[in-house]
Amino acid sequence: MEASAQRAPAKVSSRTRSERKLAWMLCAPAVLAMLAVTAYPVGYAVVLSLQKIDLRFPEQTEFIGLANYGTVLSSELWWTDVFNTVVIMVVSVAIELVLGMAIALVMHRAIFARGAVRTVVLIPYGIITVVAAFAWQFAFASDSGFVNNLPLVPDEMNWFGGHISSLAVIILAEIWKTTPFMALLLLAGLVTIDNGLYEAARVDGASAWQRFVKITLPLMKPAILVAVLFRTLEAFRVFDSIFIMTRGAQNTESVSILGFNQLINRLNLGLGSAVSVLIFLFVLVIAFIFVKGFGVKAEEGRPGA
Amino acid sequence: MRHGTREYSLWTIAIVLVLLFALIPVLWLISVSLKPPSEIIDQRFIPASVSLDNYKSLFEGGLDGSPFLRPLINSIAIALITTVIAITLASFTAYAIARLEFPGKRLILAGALAIAMFPPISTVGPLFDMWRAIGIYDTYLGLIIPYLTFALPLAIYVLVAFFREIPWDLEQAAQVDGATPWQAFRKVILPLAAPGVFTAAILVFIFCWNDFVFSISLTSSDASRTVPAALAFFTGESTFTEPTGSIAAAAVVVTIPIIVFVLVFQRRIVSGLTAGAVKG
Repeated sequence: MEASAQRAPAKVSSRTRSERKLAWMLCAPAVLAMLAVTAYPVGYAVVLSLQKIDLRFPEQTEFIGLANYGTVLSSELWWTDVFNTVVIMVVSVAIELVLGMAIALVMHRAIFARGAVRTVVLIPYGIITVVAAFAWQFAFASDSGFVNNLPLVPDEMNWFGGHISSLAVIILAEIWKTTPFMALLLLAGLVTIDNGLYEAARVDGASAWQRFVKITLPLMKPAILVAVLFRTLEAFRVFDSIFIMTRGAQNTESVSILGFNQLINRLNLGLGSAVSVLIFLFVLVIAFIFVKGFGVKAEEGRPGA
Repeated sequence: MRHGTREYSLWTIAIVLVLLFALIPVLWLISVSLKPPSEIIDQRFIPASVSLDNYKSLFEGGLDGSPFLRPLINSIAIALITTVIAITLASFTAYAIARLEFPGKRLILAGALAIAMFPPISTVGPLFDMWRAIGIYDTYLGLIIPYLTFALPLAIYVLVAFFREIPWDLEQAAQVDGATPWQAFRKVILPLAAPGVFTAAILVFIFCWNDFVFSISLTSSDASRTVPAALAFFTGESTFTEPTGSIAAAAVVVTIPIIVFVLVFQRRIVSGLTAGAVKG
């Protein structure tokens, strides 16, 4: 940007042309690699979803239009799974936001041990999601876990025996794994707030809570919205924790687990692809709601990890 | 500024809570992994006695007998190869976006962002079918390609953020001295960009190391199955024993190196995770 503005107009054409050529050459490999596994497969998924195609009975393959979508959308399982996914998504992101904000404030404002907190908080980020899921599953296991041994917890509690308690443990595992990322994104927003504002408010007699509500929250709104958008989309894909902890038992299946079961376990590419395409559309709708409804500037965001 | 005793105690409580939150599952895994098989079900947070049996059984039987060694090698190799390729391609792209003016720049950034939000499960079915058709199902390549796709947006965003911090003048100085744009990139920018490149590499490696969806869908044997998928298939010594102890030991083995790494490079990772916001 700055560089091109400094250039003399007379030289622009040839210079600009070689710069563009270089830029495109530099970008081409990455762009192709990104498209290879997204645009093409999604197009292919749409094609597959319009066919009756089951790899166990390949000779029965035929074009059936939107029938697969009809089957999925009229099945109770799909809507149950959508409901589960949305519950996990909303509850985990809401708690993560509160917890992440608290941790960000500790990292930012603690009067000692700030470095230690920042370091330790990264541990969940570095741990494989599957490993974290096992850790929580073992912790809550009714025969071997330490949780049932804690005071106030009934010794005989069978956490993975009920719908609500299974979902609660899954949500806990998700929250533990991803809160650090939320906290770091919020911390990045926190450090940009001018300290003078707090000093002035303090002089005017504002309490810590008032300073948080009147200064911190409004100024951090853009950072919060971007963090929530990215975490929401990520939470919608929830798969690893459920697969490890319950494999969908106790009615804890998410849409991603449903897609996996259809595609890989049942080898029903037609129905599975219809599920895949519907998941993709859901993600588009969520992103659209955030961008249009809440005015999130998605371009200020960044890919999560 | 002086702080009162009350303020100190409140912060101590807050800090201890955060530390407990982050550490409990890790300490618990270590504890389970060190329990002798007979004490796995004693429900104690701190093991009564310590044994390394779970770790020994992980590696028993060498490459062919161990359920863990081959996936461990696969995980390391696949994550490393993907990281090298992703960082190379992303460096080219990030350089172009941070330093050159061209139509399509915003489109590339927006597209990368869209891909980062993309649900991986939506590509699993078609990839499963395509990979079987062209014969790369259950191979390293079959995992490296999707990992590359989803690692590139992350790498591009982190690198663009770092590249924008690099002093512009040095490149122009090099070009005034007769360097071509390519030479300016290789001789001047790459050395300056090394810290950012390293940070992006750590994040990409962790991303690949963490994947489960692709590994469990696109592999069918230990030929290319990575650790997270292998853990899901662990079985006990007999049908009646739970593999809890060996899973915990394997989990500790794949977790400790990453934790050490994350702690050593803490500052870089934090800056990489947060400095990535890009204004196109």
